[in-house]
Amino acid sequence: MQLSRDDLREAYTTMKRIRVFEERMRTEFQKGEMPGFVHLYCGQEAIATGVCMHLSNTDNIGSTHRGHGHCIAKGCDVKDMALEIYCREDGLCKGKGGSMHIADLSKGMLGANAIVGGSPPLAVGAALAAKTLKNKAVAVAFIGDGASNQGTVFEAMNLAVVLKLPVIFVYENNGYAEFTGIDYHCGAVDITTRSSGFGMPAVKVDGTDFFAVHDVMREAVERARSGDGPTSIECEALRWYGHYEGDPQAYRSKTEVKEIKANKDPLEIFKQKVLEKELMENVEFEEINSLIEKEVDDAIKLALNSPLPPLSSLEENVYESY
Amino acid sequence: MTKMTLREAITDAMRVEMRLDPNVILLGEDVAGGRGGSGGEGEKSGGVMGLTAGLYTEFGAERIIDTPISESAIMGAAAGASLTGLRPIAELMFADFFGVCFDQIYNQAAKFRYMFGNQKGAPMVIRTMIGAGVGAGPQHSQAVYPIFAHIPGLKVVVPTTPYDAKGLLIQAIRDNDPVIFCEHKMLFAEEGEVPDEAYTIEFGKARVVCEGNDVTVVGIGRMALLAEKAAVILSKEGISVEVIDPRTLSPFDMDTVLDSIEKTGRLAVVDESTPICSYASEIASIAASEAFSSLRAPICKITAPHTPVPAAPNLEAAYVPSVERIVAEVRKISNYKSKI
Ligand SMILES: Cc1ncc(C[n+]2csc(CCOP(=O)(O)OP(=O)(O)O)c2C)c(N)n1
Ligand SMILES: [Mg+2]
Repeated sequence: MQLSRDDLREAYTTMKRIRVFEERMRTEFQKGEMPGFVHLYCGQEAIATGVCMHLSNTDNIGSTHRGHGHCIAKGCDVKDMALEIYCREDGLCKGKGGSMHIADLSKGMLGANAIVGGSPPLAVGAALAAKTLKNKAVAVAFIGDGASNQGTVFEAMNLAVVLKLPVIFVYENNGYAEFTGIDYHCGAVDITTRSSGFGMPAVKVDGTDFFAVHDVMREAVERARSGDGPTSIECEALRWYGHYEGDPQAYRSKTEVKEIKANKDPLEIFKQKVLEKELMENVEFEEINSLIEKEVDDAIKLALNSPLPPLSSLEENVYESY
Repeated sequence: MTKMTLREAITDAMRVEMRLDPNVILLGEDVAGGRGGSGGEGEKSGGVMGLTAGLYTEFGAERIIDTPISESAIMGAAAGASLTGLRPIAELMFADFFGVCFDQIYNQAAKFRYMFGNQKGAPMVIRTMIGAGVGAGPQHSQAVYPIFAHIPGLKVVVPTTPYDAKGLLIQAIRDNDPVIFCEHKMLFAEEGEVPDEAYTIEFGKARVVCEGNDVTVVGIGRMALLAEKAAVILSKEGISVEVIDPRTLSPFDMDTVLDSIEKTGRLAVVDESTPICSYASEIASIAASEAFSSLRAPICKITAPHTPVPAAPNLEAAYVPSVERIVAEVRKISNYKSKI
């Protein structure tokens, strides 16, 4: 563990921020006031956090429909996110995108994506720009296990290897593509084997362990920044809730969900490790917890009390000029 | 006859036709309701919208095929299988996803019959969900039917009622050319009487929703329903509106529309899609040339604006043509006085 105390505090703060934000999204969505669909990131917090701690605002990520955690880890403000999820005028995308399209280019967040397999080619493009501009930036594509079967993903991986681009393919294998299990939908032994077949280093880690993710990501980023090309990281993860909020999950055993919540909570695992080594104290965790609770509560309240976009904005921003 | 929802009518069409024809198969994501995982074997749900409920249990894994998220392969496999003995129904969950699999539809399936000198067409159906209304944003809400209707070789169906949905889907499955069957997500809960047995509705035959003498309103898909509501409001003002639901866009029943214009002299087209190179434009242009002498007012296109579909609920509501807008526009053309 080569992390400073500040790093550890930052990591926990980010994971907790994701957790509290998503739990709150869940209860707020159930009230029926939120437009569209929400796909919650609970259970996968250690992945976005462990990955994005190695990135700065000039590094870019491409995200998925399950994008809130990626946004938070990449530094998006939860107020701006909540405003967008409620489709308010002051949201990150002026209410035009909603939950599945949150983007903040100033933070290197190239967008959640409602098209499965939509963002890996975009991340490859960001890596191409970085290589061409020689600015040492890297790009990350977050990809679900289900998305790993999309042709765009195969093409993106091959192009990244052929052009030796500074891009990292982060697979979040939470075992399900909507209702279908990975044991059915993936024909290869696993995603890692398939990625290595494309000609890049491919590793698999426990996605509930922040430290494991953080370690492999460090190597991948070093490789990318030093011009040695792409890496694939498969994070074995667990999805706490339904595919979308409201999904009755008939395809999944009740005990599975209970067990993962009890034994594979990424925040608890982090806390145990850090407390064991006496790197942080219990009160620090509690302090962070209450700060985050308030931050998220403020964000939701702000969003609920903010106006929807004006009708005049409907036809704005299709083009710069037309 | 059974009273059922449009959702149930679609499921029923697949069920009755699969019983009659063993070569009909269904491919798509989660159509078997979730294979693998910790849930154990057996059907768990009928896909994300419940449209395939019960089919896996009745027809099994050989005919109800859950696929990985690989739309190019799904569409291409359906096209290939349709050339070689099967009648596949391929489900494209949201029509917006055509973007990742268009080649297999556009350059492959649509062109086989012509390009191969009429050896065979592709007897396949692509069932897909269209439309705005649930705040799902720019990549899950589009009414993309004009893109398909633009392509020679494809047939395009846009059902509005449960009765039509069942009859048109069975026709689509039996048709020897590729058919894009567009299911509007805001119509799934619509109810109506539906015969229990298999029946077909011929393509290219519009349905006159209500008769009228003053204005002809063509409403595409869900818009026929809104136009019908507008007609009720307008009738109270003494404006008699004839509403036409084309049911299929390719082929399109222009004769019914032209006959109606001959009677009314006025045409409005309501289309949830964007206005440029749209189906509304197509209907308007044919009417302008073929019903020129009957027209007594400018043709009115009531469409979405030339923008993506916004997520914000108030913007989305303004994006989709509304009953109020239809009423106002139809009132305008019915009051139109020629200056010549
Ligand atoms: C091209 C495309 N096909 C299908 C869908 C519908 N869909 C949305 S999420 C999803 C499952 C994605 O599974 P996975 O990649 O494992 O991500 P997870 O939901 O587990 O985070 C599907 C099929 C889509 N949005 N885009
Ligand atoms: Mg998954």
